[in-house]
Amino acid sequence: MTETSSQPVPEKAKPSLFQQLELDMRLLGMIGAFVILCIGFNIVTDGRFLTPRNLFNLSIQTVSVAIMACGMVFIIVTRHIDLSVGALLATTSAVMAMTQTELLPQVLGMGLNNPATWAITIVVGLFVGTLIGAFHGWMVGYLTIPAFIVTLGGFLVWRNVAWYLTSGQTIGPLDSTFLMFGGTNGTLGATTSWLFGLFATGIAIWALWSGRRAKAAHGFPVKPVWAEATLAGIIAIAILGYVYIVNSYAIPTRRLQRMFEARGETMPEGLVVGYGIPISVLILIIVAVTLTVVARKTRFGRYIFATGGNPDAAELSGINTRLLTVKIFALMGFLCAVSAVVASARLANHSNDIGTLDELRVIAAAVIGGTALSGGIGTIYGAILGALIMQALQSGMAMVGVDAPFQNIVVGSVLVLAVYIDIVYRKRLGAK
Amino acid sequence: MMQAQDTQKTSNNAGRGSGTPPLVEMRDISISFGGIKAVDHVSVDLYPGEVVGLLGHNGAGKSTLIKVLSGAYQMDQGEILIDGKRVEIGNPRDARANNIETIYQTLALADNLDATSNLFLGREMTTPFGLVNDAAMEAECRKIMAQLNPNFQKFNDPVSALSGGQRQSVAIARAVYFNARILIMDEPTAALGPHETQMVADLIHQLKAQGIGIFLIDHDVHAVMELCDRASVMKNGKLVGTVDIADVTDDDLLSMIILGKQPEQKAE
Repeated sequence: MTETSSQPVPEKAKPSLFQQLELDMRLLGMIGAFVILCIGFNIVTDGRFLTPRNLFNLSIQTVSVAIMACGMVFIIVTRHIDLSVGALLATTSAVMAMTQTELLPQVLGMGLNNPATWAITIVVGLFVGTLIGAFHGWMVGYLTIPAFIVTLGGFLVWRNVAWYLTSGQTIGPLDSTFLMFGGTNGTLGATTSWLFGLFATGIAIWALWSGRRAKAAHGFPVKPVWAEATLAGIIAIAILGYVYIVNSYAIPTRRLQRMFEARGETMPEGLVVGYGIPISVLILIIVAVTLTVVARKTRFGRYIFATGGNPDAAELSGINTRLLTVKIFALMGFLCAVSAVVASARLANHSNDIGTLDELRVIAAAVIGGTALSGGIGTIYGAILGALIMQALQSGMAMVGVDAPFQNIVVGSVLVLAVYIDIVYRKRLGAK
Repeated sequence: MMQAQDTQKTSNNAGRGSGTPPLVEMRDISISFGGIKAVDHVSVDLYPGEVVGLLGHNGAGKSTLIKVLSGAYQMDQGEILIDGKRVEIGNPRDARANNIETIYQTLALADNLDATSNLFLGREMTTPFGLVNDAAMEAECRKIMAQLNPNFQKFNDPVSALSGGQRQSVAIARAVYFNARILIMDEPTAALGPHETQMVADLIHQLKAQGIGIFLIDHDVHAVMELCDRASVMKNGKLVGTVDIADVTDDDLLSMIILGKQPEQKAE
């Protein structure tokens, strides 16, 4: 696209609107698919799909898979695969459940809802997740066992380690602060959400502007100002629009009443309070932004993509690809633990089947999001959109009343179809 | 015509014979894969401002020998000296630290990344915050590409979208950008057209004049006769011999490659 502006070739058609915006066509396609899906379900369900309540629920249901899908992008980009993420989620969830309900109360004598419980629990969970992930990475990178085998084994091992740790029981109730990471129990509230929305918009516009300034400083071609402004406008509307929606989902009156009673106050008559941004969604945003910066702006990210594009070249360029593999899998383990916090907090307990089939959902989300299994290509935002599309499909069908077997049949077919469309698109584009 | 070229070569070849240690000395190198000796007690050396050709059939061991120097392979036996000092080259990073740069036959480019990312791969410029400084790197990339290949414009496309010659110039840029003292070129013109081949030849002359030592691996005897000062010929993993290009003909080199025999020494 930039070639158009820098190369004095005549006979070049005037760049189209999308080309001038320099938007990723695949991204637009996915957003389009998501919008069509939402509108379609909204029509079929007589307007029950696009309600603040449903969109709020949709976002908190997506978070757990989306967080892991972000890590899966790096795994798949380096031509590996991780089949153990659901099982790893279960193990870290079990570890955290046992830590807060058994270990801390009995060994350290910390009572129920001790203010330090949630923090210690999460630190332990993240540590265990990272350690297991690094162990997988070590076997893949240094022992050169294929990732498929390592994580297939890991799938069986960690699913059953979780079972063993909890003796197969559902563990609960969990710490009340810990539960705030799950969704409805922990939201920012309307005012903070607006502030966060404005802050995020500011950051996004600053990022666009500083990128443009860096290019201009070296005299590289830049987008026209109107294109930049349009992009900023779209981003601002998306962020603030989401804040508006989650703020419009009012906390049910009875629940609000209980919250006031807990503080020993009486609720004013007719008070309406919006939920605001769920803390779990906030975590997803932090993970997504951090990993996008890692992918694009750090050496680590650059090496991940270089290794995926040509492992031999990466090695010959002096990149320690073995250590890189360990780091990538450790990051995956860390993100599994983060997802375990969100998932178990949302369910308010640890159950033995937590995270079942998540490995497939996570891989599907990454692949629908444009991550190429042949390596070297993939984006974080694509994986999150992929997770969102899958979840919208699933909960939309549930809402319409599609039978459970048909739901999975449709999701499976959509996965294959999405990858096929991607292949056709890439062939037409001429890129491998 | 040969005569004129010969004088030019001798004058460029000032480092050798003046008592200074060679830039690189690979002594008695052996390496085997699964019982087969790919390189068998081979010694070669290289002086500043000199081009040494490595010749031989496919499988003669020339690429393997050179990969020991670039850190891609570990030798079983032997030693490498740079400026007369023994060095350990255990991986490509060590080679780079010793100012050894390699242009691989496969080019070793990450096809999904753009020219700038490939140029700086493993040696990215960073901002004070530790993030990669893409704009500064692109500016440097534009500078060096303007010297090497002024027609090059595709700075924002992945290198998979480039032509063979453009890809080659990215690989060359990567080798010469970081102040190489020792350059290894593994069949740099194998995939190129006549015009681009000439470009590489010009570049070799230019680098030579800067005092860079070059190992040139090539199949083509004529190219070696034209570009090199000396040639080392290998056959079946063994060194047949090293000759001054000025002292031999194309046919002498060919018979060394095919028969594995030293030409009879010319009377001095």
